[in-house]
Amino acid sequence: MEIGSDGIPGVALTSKLDLALGWGRKYSLFLYPFVTACCGMEYMSVACAHYDIDRFGAGLPRFSPRQSDLLFVVGTISHKITPVVQIVYEQMTEPKWVVAFGACASAGGPYDNYATVQGVDTIIPVDVYIPGCPPRPETVLDGLIKLQQKIQTRKIEL
Amino acid sequence: MLVTPPNRLLRLVIYKNNIMDIPAYIERLEEKIGTDNLQTNYPHDQLTITVSRDKIQEALQFLRDDDEALFDHFMDLTAVDYIGKQPRFQVVIHLVSIPKSQRIRIKINIDDDSAEMPTITGIYPAADWFERECYDLYGIRFAGHPNLKRIMLYDEFEGYPLRKDYPIRKRQPRVELRKPEVRRSDETVEPPR
Amino acid sequence: MTTKEKQFVGVAEVMEEEIPVEEMFLNMGPSHPSMHGIVRIMVRITGERIVWSDVEIGYLHRAFEKSVEANSWNSATIYTDRLNYVSPIINNVGYCMAVEKLLGITIPERGEYVRVLLSEISRIADHITAVGAAAMELGAFTAFLYTMKAREYCYELIESACGARITTNFARVGGICADLPEGFESECRKYMPMVADVIVELDKLLTRNRIFIDRTKNIGAVSGEDAVKLGFTGPLLRASGVAYDVRRAFPYSIYETFDFAVPVGTNGDVFDRYLVRMEEMRQSMKIVYQCLDKLPDGPVNAIDKTVTKPDKTDVYDNIEGLMNQFKLVMDGHGINPPPGEFYQPVEAGNGELGFYVVSDGTDKPYKCRCRPPCFPLVQAIPFMLKDHMVADVVPIFGSINMIGGELDR
Repeated sequence: MEIGSDGIPGVALTSKLDLALGWGRKYSLFLYPFVTACCGMEYMSVACAHYDIDRFGAGLPRFSPRQSDLLFVVGTISHKITPVVQIVYEQMTEPKWVVAFGACASAGGPYDNYATVQGVDTIIPVDVYIPGCPPRPETVLDGLIKLQQKIQTRKIEL
Repeated sequence: MLVTPPNRLLRLVIYKNNIMDIPAYIERLEEKIGTDNLQTNYPHDQLTITVSRDKIQEALQFLRDDDEALFDHFMDLTAVDYIGKQPRFQVVIHLVSIPKSQRIRIKINIDDDSAEMPTITGIYPAADWFERECYDLYGIRFAGHPNLKRIMLYDEFEGYPLRKDYPIRKRQPRVELRKPEVRRSDETVEPPR
Repeated sequence: MTTKEKQFVGVAEVMEEEIPVEEMFLNMGPSHPSMHGIVRIMVRITGERIVWSDVEIGYLHRAFEKSVEANSWNSATIYTDRLNYVSPIINNVGYCMAVEKLLGITIPERGEYVRVLLSEISRIADHITAVGAAAMELGAFTAFLYTMKAREYCYELIESACGARITTNFARVGGICADLPEGFESECRKYMPMVADVIVELDKLLTRNRIFIDRTKNIGAVSGEDAVKLGFTGPLLRASGVAYDVRRAFPYSIYETFDFAVPVGTNGDVFDRYLVRMEEMRQSMKIVYQCLDKLPDGPVNAIDKTVTKPDKTDVYDNIEGLMNQFKLVMDGHGINPPPGEFYQPVEAGNGELGFYVVSDGTDKPYKCRCRPPCFPLVQAIPFMLKDHMVADVVPIFGSINMIGGELDR
């Protein structure tokens, strides 16, 4: 067993564990697609054969927050549905990540009025923002890869 | 041109866009509910009648059942807010007759103080949600509606957003909004080369 | 009686007694697996039978009307895109036609042909998504993957013409944003047979499938009279036997010159609606081929300085072009239709989509109302769910093809 730089035994072992867990988590993402609006069409395109999201390991949507670890907020969030978003986010178990898919979920999109929330990050913390109205499927895959990099480098709290 | 002249010959000549003949069923409707309660005109060749508020149910019943009119299909109910004018609101109903392939637009002027009109769900059951939406966004009550609640917005919302005096960006949040923090990547593990 | 028989005697006696039954309240949504949009369906069930049901909508209310009133006439097309986002071109065209009637202008023939061509391709995309999603919700996941493949072909065509796959923003008041690109006709003729092949595969997978028929026949049946009373339009009204298609009853644009049939069903159940949608796709394809054969040459936008933007070479070369561009683009200027009102109905994927536009003479619309085709359809869900089982909620809801953006605007 190697002695770490600050004299604490096992640091190198923990960092290897971090990397192994990160590798495992990033390639087996279970999404919860919280689909509201037009971006849902691009989500359907991404999930299907042409721009397959399954080859990145994220191909299985779980429609229960208890069984998923990635919340895809797809489309405009109105004030009427904010309690539902909060409840779904709180029901998910750790570790969990949130992706704001599309311009409306990131910052409100073209809708700046009495009914819409300017970005879902005013309700729940967001990890990756995917811009576009709606984003091309390639942009979504790029966002997913960035999220995977983020998951890989996340430190485990012990 | 909103006021119908009494003389039928004058009517034929004075119509704004075209010399359009009034359909016979409109004349029968006029006899039924009275000349004061009905005005007809043809903006851009679309038959439009303005009916006064207390005669609307009678008029719609007639339009649905008359043999020449046969307006059996309810299409749309909405309202327009002419702020600054009296009467302020105008409820607009569109009907279609499928067997006769004709359309009609019915307008009802509603003033601001009461903002109320009788419901038409008894004659056209399809108008149920349309009236609820009109109430939700404009605040016009429909007397006799079975379930007049908000439909597009949540119950705690105060005000009627589509009125011209409601500012577009006035939000009424349901949950407490948080300030999104900027995440810095200072807690990461270096991936192997 | 043997011992075995004795065991079962008591069961018959128990069944005759009163078994207390409790109603269970089941809530589906608002966030749920069907990709149509967020809507909340509440049912009360005893065992499997539905006793009471209700629908709550409005979770995607994005203030379409208020946003349109705050921006200029041509800016409204971006909001109309996002109404029925599966066939956005039909919405764009409907709105622009309403404003053009207010202005009293007509657009050249080529503009009309291009609008109809892309509208029909959009309609094919709409119906094929509806059928695929409905089949997926019943468990036929393969059908969904095939339809997504076909939809990608439609999107490639739309993208080459409009620049975007879904939110196209194609039509403008006075015509369209730009003419069709070079080679569009040959691409179209290459992709349409591929889409037709997918429709044939879907047919083979679903139309004679025992499981699909069992789950959809006699489910949600609505008679013709009831359908008219409930305000239905579109494929649901035609499946109930009433032949009302806006393209035939109140012809607009150049639909009178095309030869196409309007499919009509008999029962009004979910299976008939599926068949009507499949046949409508084939008829739309027929219209697309006729459009491609008859496409004339010429300008696509109305030759009217107050409405159409000038050529960019004119804008940069001479002062009149620059002033014309300025007058059309700057705030406070732009298109100024005379005061008036107009209601333009078009046949969208779900039924009659109507735009009621009111102008007060300024450069901003005074009111722009969109009559959503799926509003009365979703309103009738409690009616359709009477005396059905809880497993019938999914096929009925799938057959309506509710689009959240259009329902809640």
